[in-house]
Amino acid sequence: MSGGRPSIPMPEREESMKYAGLLAMPAGFFLSIAAVLLFPAPAPRTAFVLCGLAVEGLGLAVAVRGHMEARGEKLS
Amino acid sequence: MTPLLTQAALPFSEATFALTLALLMLAPLAIAGVALINAGLGRSRSAAQSLLGNVAILAVTAMVFALIGATWVGAAGGAGHTFQLAGQSWNWLGAAPLLLGGFSSALPQTQLALCFEFLAVALAAMLPWGSGADRWRLTAGCAAAAVMAAIVFPLVAHWIWGGGWLAQLGVNFGLGAGFLDGGGAATVNVLGGLSALAVVWIAGPRKGKFPKEGLSTALPGHNAVYVLFGCLLALVGWLAWNVAGAVLWLHAPLSALPVTAVNTLLSASGAIMATFTVTHIRFGKPDASLCANGWMAGLVASSACAGLVTPLEAIFTGVVAGIITPLLVELLELALSIDDPSGAITVHAAGGLWGLLAVGVFAPQAGQLVAQLVGISALLGLVLPVVYLLFWLLNRVLPFRVDPDGERIGMDLHELGGGAYPEFVIHRDESYR
Repeated sequence: MSGGRPSIPMPEREESMKYAGLLAMPAGFFLSIAAVLLFPAPAPRTAFVLCGLAVEGLGLAVAVRGHMEARGEKLS
Repeated sequence: MTPLLTQAALPFSEATFALTLALLMLAPLAIAGVALINAGLGRSRSAAQSLLGNVAILAVTAMVFALIGATWVGAAGGAGHTFQLAGQSWNWLGAAPLLLGGFSSALPQTQLALCFEFLAVALAAMLPWGSGADRWRLTAGCAAAAVMAAIVFPLVAHWIWGGGWLAQLGVNFGLGAGFLDGGGAATVNVLGGLSALAVVWIAGPRKGKFPKEGLSTALPGHNAVYVLFGCLLALVGWLAWNVAGAVLWLHAPLSALPVTAVNTLLSASGAIMATFTVTHIRFGKPDASLCANGWMAGLVASSACAGLVTPLEAIFTGVVAGIITPLLVELLELALSIDDPSGAITVHAAGGLWGLLAVGVFAPQAGQLVAQLVGISALLGLVLPVVYLLFWLLNRVLPFRVDPDGERIGMDLHELGGGAYPEFVIHRDESYR
């Protein structure tokens, strides 16, 4: 008997990745808005807006990965 | 170049009104160009459905925008829905009269702005149609266009053109002149390109595009002549579009308009030369459809910055767009399994984002770069998930994807009952064996 956690079936994992990525993207947006509100100085404001964009980029990457078709999966 | 945005908005002279109106009559050539490109990059068995879809989307967006959308776009300085946060007023939605009320008696620039927005919403909604080619049902495409015209476009256009919170970033937070988008790079191209991504994700790839083993199948566009002629038509439309946009949204004086036009041409020229070179190096010969994509990416990038940069900066912007385009098309298809026949995600979303960033990079005002980054953040972080959610819900009600048999025989026969080229035999598709 394997001691590892039960693995999540691939389609379910991809579904959850899609939505996790799409939910991370608004989080990045709110980080950018918070930077504008909280940091009047240009340097930290720019840095935190870039952090917000980085979070959005990560979310986009996860969403793309979640949507990537397992080759041939939808080719019935 | 003196930034146009520092000019105060003055009442339009008769000459400015007449010129802008004439430009807006030429701007639909951009729509015609994109429609031809969409049709040419699709397959011959879906050509009539593709072009009919473009016309239908134009009609649907005009109706829905007149009935609902125009109310929510509002006008700069007009009424809007606001909320208070951190001591600032955030104007997030317009509140213009319903059903174009007061349109005929509005200020001349308000009337022209609304004309511009009618064209903008149509073009934005046509971009995902090209990406969903060969598998997206006509009724679902029209319904998606209606959603864009009623909800998504008005929201974004109000933020940027209607005096919304992105436009006020300069006044409220000292970020340059606020988010700038003179020719619709954000409101039209990035919005349309991101909507295309949502459609491609929801509808999935064309049958046979990504086989179980090996590389993806090349499904080349059926008519390179349509595509390249569409590029030429689009140039005329884009020139009119960017110059009219500079007048309406950047308050450019007449003397600044020739530079805007030249920058548009230079950006597209730099882009196609860069794409030509990149594809020549990579494949041994220049690729016609990728060069067309590069040309369009240059035009799209110019939509953001043509009225705000020097000619040299416009060339640089175009060259970067032209280098990015073929590489990103390849990345999306080969590495990320994204089937985008018209290349709208690369050309319009990525090209538009780069143009918007270039405005911030080249702007002389302090804080303009941050304003552009915040706008980009709103487009990626808020607009894309909202569009995805709306399209996902719509797909539950009205399935996007045609049934497998329809995809096999082609959208023309399946949806219209007749092909675009009845005198020609459509060859058998090897991928269905």
